Amino acid sequence: MNKRGVSLWGFVGTVVLTTLMAGSQGLGLSRINFPFMLGTMFTPNRDRAKLIGFGVHFLNGWIFASVYAAAFESWRRATWWLGGAIGLVHALYVLVAAMPALPAMHPRMASEQDGPTPTKQLEPPGFMALNYGRRTPITVIVAHLLYGAILGTFYRLK
Amino acid sequence: MLPDRTSESAIYPPIDHYALIGDCRSAGLVSRDGSLDWLCLPRFDSPSIFAAVLDAETGGRYLVRPIGEFRTERRYLANTNVLETVFRTPTGACVLRDLMSVSSEEDKRAYLTPEHEVLRQLEGLEGEVEIEILYDPRPDYGRVRPLLEQRGPLGLRCEVDGTSLTLHSEVPLELTDGDRSASGTARIRSGEEAYLSLTYSMEAPAVVPLLGEAARGRIERTVRWWREWANRCAYEGPYRDAVVRSALALKLMTYAPSGALVAAPTTSLPETIGGVRNWDYRYCWLRDASFTLRALYALGYREEAEAYIGWLLHATRLTWPELQVLYDIFGEAKLPERELPHLEGYAGSRPVRIGNDAQGQLQLDVYGEVINGTTRFLDRGGRFDRDTSRMLDGLGRTVCRRWREPDEGIWEGRSGRFHNTHSKVLCWVALDRLIEMHEAGYLEVSVDLFRKERDEIRKEIEARGYNERIGSYTRTFDGEEMDASLLTLPLYGYIEGTNPRMRSTCARIHEKLARDGLVYRYETGTDDGLPPGEGAFGICSFWAVECVTRGGNVEGATYAFEQLLPYANDVGLFAEEIDPDTGAALGNFPQAFTHIGLINAALTLAGYQEENAVAERPSKDIPTEDLT
Repeated sequence: MNKRGVSLWGFVGTVVLTTLMAGSQGLGLSRINFPFMLGTMFTPNRDRAKLIGFGVHFLNGWIFASVYAAAFESWRRATWWLGGAIGLVHALYVLVAAMPALPAMHPRMASEQDGPTPTKQLEPPGFMALNYGRRTPITVIVAHLLYGAILGTFYRLK
Repeated sequence: MLPDRTSESAIYPPIDHYALIGDCRSAGLVSRDGSLDWLCLPRFDSPSIFAAVLDAETGGRYLVRPIGEFRTERRYLANTNVLETVFRTPTGACVLRDLMSVSSEEDKRAYLTPEHEVLRQLEGLEGEVEIEILYDPRPDYGRVRPLLEQRGPLGLRCEVDGTSLTLHSEVPLELTDGDRSASGTARIRSGEEAYLSLTYSMEAPAVVPLLGEAARGRIERTVRWWREWANRCAYEGPYRDAVVRSALALKLMTYAPSGALVAAPTTSLPETIGGVRNWDYRYCWLRDASFTLRALYALGYREEAEAYIGWLLHATRLTWPELQVLYDIFGEAKLPERELPHLEGYAGSRPVRIGNDAQGQLQLDVYGEVINGTTRFLDRGGRFDRDTSRMLDGLGRTVCRRWREPDEGIWEGRSGRFHNTHSKVLCWVALDRLIEMHEAGYLEVSVDLFRKERDEIRKEIEARGYNERIGSYTRTFDGEEMDASLLTLPLYGYIEGTNPRMRSTCARIHEKLARDGLVYRYETGTDDGLPPGEGAFGICSFWAVECVTRGGNVEGATYAFEQLLPYANDVGLFAEEIDPDTGAALGNFPQAFTHIGLINAALTLAGYQEENAVAERPSKDIPTEDLT
């Protein structure tokens, strides 16, 4: 695996994905804030959560870049559309499988069934993260498509 | 005794039947009937979520009140902005506590807190009271009727332009009106409590606040936060209650993230019922700068004063070296005025306006206000960096270049530009303060130019702004009329209050513009480009108190001040204007400038009363006969 490629393009892809998600939040397309969601796993402090979450989000970006790179290496080819296809699968997995399961993993997230408790007061994302805005699935899919396309375009096979 | 209200009462309560709650980012008006009739989120100048105050039918409201006949008593919990409304009905009594939750930085680190929360607590006091609840959000000034989604333990949610509005209620609510509103009833018995929490989130995951004990905890934290803030008030004079209430009202109108202070949290509450003088005051007027800073510093709110200075210097850089009349809470200078024809306006007072075209006016007095405000920062030990020094010099040069021009003046008339005496005086103030700061070594400015122009301005004011025949400074150069802005001349140090010219001006203004201690801003026949009809101005009435005090009549001023205080509503809030016939509040509500006037008048009175007390005390050094 081309570790420098993973580091560099994983970072660039995560920057683009984060910018797109933040932009969609600013434009009122979705409320989802990944750094806040991840950071509140570690602290209830809103400001600190965003900072920690930002770090975790970038770490995730590199981890997923390694997975993408592993797929490219196994196929012996890396193209924008292959990257985009993995991004699409990645996004669908996040929306359909990971998000609904999040209340079980996140120490501060309430569940749809039980509602808030003294320790769990964050709104659960629901199926396809629709609780975070009706257009959230679209923005998540577009952001991950771009992330994958960047990796597929610029990653050089070893 | 009962009733003074019923659930069928008039659809537009008098303006002074409202009280304000807020979280230093936005604020809402709650009527004596327990109806939240105005709320803009996430900030003061955002489109409204509830606007029944501007259109009872289509504006949207959030109502919690008894069914049938009831009587209301109301107050803020002491030294807080937590509103307590007691409803007494033939079957019992209950209290409704309304607040927007706030927390200390320490609490924010320890707990997950919603971005914005309106928290309402019902508590039974006696017997049993049947309560009705109506939740009818109409975002975007009533133009949107969102679908409400019942999500069980996660509350009733709707999406508002990509953001989320969620109501959690311990009282079961049913969706009505095609799922676009919700309502319910509850019986509250003595000792019982019920909580309702309305939260607004721009980001997800949103915090879903707990009700019950946890909500009580948030109320306690909010009460503690306000009390700690109010207890910092340094004023200890005889009007402490009114001064602290005014300070608390100002704090509610401060946008904490930037330090800006809005003129009022409302738009288009009319200056005459049914009239067209309906303006959007949810912006920050530079005119308020110097009086605001005086009030904040003197009351010991240094942090707020410095945040305000920070906003002032930041906002004005965008249009430097020219100054605009108003900016938004982050310093945005373009605030075009628009009408909202779909709203009927308060009691039919059309048009409802958002934005404010005063932004395009030339009002030369703002230069003096800003520069005079910055001297207060220096007086308290602040120092300027080189950029600020250069910026102030630039403002001074603009004054030198433009003071000869006519302008719209302090009252923002729409009948053209004139040589307003008040504007010229503030141009003099601008240059005088810059020269003072230069001489004290705080600034490097074009001092020779400024001295020359300052002296010319004074010469011109004394020659053309004072009318010997009527014995008064005049509203405009070579004019015959007066206006209340002339009362501020001694407040800015342009002239001593005891100067014969000022004393006679003050007397003439009282003769012509005052009624029962209430002062109109100018004579009713004055053409300001709008149909006539408005009340007396709260701020002018408090300026009159200060002017009389500085003229040496402390007793008279004290009496006048005490006559003004009862014009506040039952919870101590003042609107922009007061109807001298009925005492009713008119115009946007509450109005920061009026409360600033109250604080400054109380401070001036306290200063002179103290001086008098010292003067009356026999001294070893000064022969007592010299004091007569």
